[in-house]
Amino acid sequence: MGFGPLFLLATLEGLVMAAVLALTALGLSLVFGVMRVVNVAHGEFFMLGAVVAWAVSTAFAGHPSIGFVAALLVAPLVVGAAALVSERLVLRRLNYDPEATIVATIGMLYIIQQLALTFYGADARPVQAPFNLRIQFPWFGYSGYKLFVIAAAIVLMLATWFLLARTRIGLVMRATQYDRETAQAFGIPVDRVYAGVFALGAMLAAVAAVLIVPIQQAHYLMGRDPLLLAFIVVIIGGLGSLRGTIVAAIFIGVSDGIISTMFYSPTLAKMLATALVAMLLVFRPQGLFGTAVR
Amino acid sequence: MAAVTPLIETRGLTRHFGGLKAVEAVDFQLEEGEIRAIIGPNGAGKTTFVSLICGRIAPTSGEIIFAGRDITRLAAHERVLAGIAYTFQITSIFPRLTVYDNVALPVQRRLLKQGRVTQAALDDGVADALARVGLSDRAATLAGSLAYGHQRLLEVAMGLALQPRLLILDEPTQGLSDGEIEGFIALVRDIARDATVLLIEHNMPVVMELAQKITVLNFGQVLAEGTPAEIRGNVAVQDAYLGTGHD
Amino acid sequence: MSGTVSTTRVVALHLAIIALLFAANFVLPEYHRGVFSRVLVLATFAMGYNILFGYTGLLSLGHAMFFAAGLYGAGLPLYHLGWNVPLSFVSGIAAGGVLAAAIGVLALRTTGVAFMIVTLMFAQVFFLATLYFTTWTRGEEGLVLPQQARNALDISLTDPSARYMIALALFSVVLLIVLRLVRAPYGRTLIAIRENEERMRMLGYDVFRAKLSAVILSGLFCASAGAAYGLLFGYIGSGFASIQYSILPLLWVLLGGAATTLGPLLGTLFMFYIIDYTSGLTTAYLLFVGLALILLILFFPKGLLGSVRERWLPWLP
Repeated sequence: MGFGPLFLLATLEGLVMAAVLALTALGLSLVFGVMRVVNVAHGEFFMLGAVVAWAVSTAFAGHPSIGFVAALLVAPLVVGAAALVSERLVLRRLNYDPEATIVATIGMLYIIQQLALTFYGADARPVQAPFNLRIQFPWFGYSGYKLFVIAAAIVLMLATWFLLARTRIGLVMRATQYDRETAQAFGIPVDRVYAGVFALGAMLAAVAAVLIVPIQQAHYLMGRDPLLLAFIVVIIGGLGSLRGTIVAAIFIGVSDGIISTMFYSPTLAKMLATALVAMLLVFRPQGLFGTAVR
Repeated sequence: MAAVTPLIETRGLTRHFGGLKAVEAVDFQLEEGEIRAIIGPNGAGKTTFVSLICGRIAPTSGEIIFAGRDITRLAAHERVLAGIAYTFQITSIFPRLTVYDNVALPVQRRLLKQGRVTQAALDDGVADALARVGLSDRAATLAGSLAYGHQRLLEVAMGLALQPRLLILDEPTQGLSDGEIEGFIALVRDIARDATVLLIEHNMPVVMELAQKITVLNFGQVLAEGTPAEIRGNVAVQDAYLGTGHD
Repeated sequence: MSGTVSTTRVVALHLAIIALLFAANFVLPEYHRGVFSRVLVLATFAMGYNILFGYTGLLSLGHAMFFAAGLYGAGLPLYHLGWNVPLSFVSGIAAGGVLAAAIGVLALRTTGVAFMIVTLMFAQVFFLATLYFTTWTRGEEGLVLPQQARNALDISLTDPSARYMIALALFSVVLLIVLRLVRAPYGRTLIAIRENEERMRMLGYDVFRAKLSAVILSGLFCASAGAAYGLLFGYIGSGFASIQYSILPLLWVLLGGAATTLGPLLGTLFMFYIIDYTSGLTTAYLLFVGLALILLILFFPKGLLGSVRERWLPWLP
């Protein structure tokens, strides 16, 4: 393959990556933006979504699309419920203290990971794509499902944007983000907003995972990389800035796709990217778009 | 005494916050040994002004000269070592440490600058500072469990323990009872025997009783300066400050 | 006030604990002596972590890099260059000190949550580096240090008793240094920075420098533990640089009691035996690590010794 087509292929792979990453990072960013909680267990919610998707889709016989649609509905609900429970039982009792919640979510990470290992096992298991369509470019054929993932992510992000910018729920969330005490004084049930935001954040990760499992298999350690990448995206985009998060996800996803398709060592690429982002946080803590981390 | 260099002097000192001119081109001089009060309506830039002097805020432009030395570029902690101590408007002690430890912190800092920290010198320094504010019997108490008035005294003791040449007190009598204010006035007089005192204060009787000179700030600028009697008779001050119906 | 009565009592307590651990070498069954050797070295790691987290109030999520810097800083020259044990040990500590100074200068520009994430990311870079330079480190598989090289002054580090005594010596030295420091003006300075940084600045303290010194000190202690761990137990691998080894010292210190001198030992010992016991029952020991973290932070944020100090023994350092 020549450079041009290879580059196109790499960009497409990158866009798929970016789509899933944007959804995952959006959840992380939302939770941090509104609650000031750094959810280290976010990657595990992603993994949990994938595992549930596998369980649901194997439970349904018949055409794979039935299982897929069921997974798309069930996985976010299950993961959202799990998030809700952990929010009520742990985060709320810590009064959302930023440092204590990090320690607690590290604990959750271990628990969820271990439960997945115990009940799901150490194998990576595939989930069938809902449809098999191959789109033929002049130079190579490309999976129609992957293009569907990009489209689905765009739709979901538009829906999230609509929720945040155009509905009462979004208004309440933004008010809480802006000033917790004042929001409380104006009768906003901050407590319930937090619970909802935490669940919503986890659900976004779960949806992203359902979309990815037909491409990447479900595995109990699959939450690690998305967590790190989502962190990177959220930091570059500016913690709490949704617009920044999406722009950064596209940037990171596409460059990651290009690097891993066209270059030799993904370890070196990861190393340099992580160092670069750490430096960014050191010298420009407000990210490229957002406001400073406090 | 006219030819003596002032202890602190500012030239064209300015600080803007966005469009807000919090402090605008202030020329200010304070002689060694003086008790000076800064007054002015809320938002006149008093706290910003003293924050510029002690280095908590960097100026937009202008110079600050302390004892003949340009300190404009010095960090806050370096200014403290040079002899400027600041006590906070909102009580800022270490509530989870004992009163002894609270005062030991400035004492050990001073001793460290002078050379060696010994336990005996540390104990002496702490005992001395606590005795001056009358908290000698509370050394072992957790600072956070002191009564509010005593916390303010502890705050002053921490400033004193640095043995500063200039002690800045930001609204020291706020929240104190009348009896406590009496004691406080005596304390400031005592401090002024070996330090220069710069005082931000809202309580006019306290100002009139303590200050040798008063500087009035309004909209970030010096509106008037003079003895208490002169300020009391100044029409512009009455309009700007007393006329606002403050207190 | 810091009376002499409590000073005597505190010193006596610490010496008694060291004496007790010394005696343990002769009475502990072989298996438990092995566990204790490891615990003593890892408790040294935890004490280093405690300097920064407990006393200075800086929560790092990247201390695996300092431990691993000591581990590799000692193990690689021994393995590849044939350096002797004492020289390798010093080189491990130096590696940790240099790394801590560099990381400190950068990471201390941030505070709070950003500090946690920055340290986490730098540690991740270090971890990836141990994978990337696999020619020298052999990555996850790691290197087994040759037995014949692990000799210091005619003492074989493979002998269990020698191993225990060296681990105890390291632990004791660091414990006594920490005890001395936290009861000195330096310790008071760190604690006060933890409590109210802005006030410290206005009392004339160069807060950045004090915090940097704490990061370096912490890095040196952690690296000494890492170097000793590699040399004593003869294996160096990427696993020790992974995120898990950043979380473990946090867990040990939280469990034993942050900002207590003996908490790190207690926490490490306790956690080691919990895992030892539960892994006999189930392979799911990470579940207990996770549960322990959550339960501690929820109901017991001061840890074992922290609670003891609060309720009964206020003189505990």
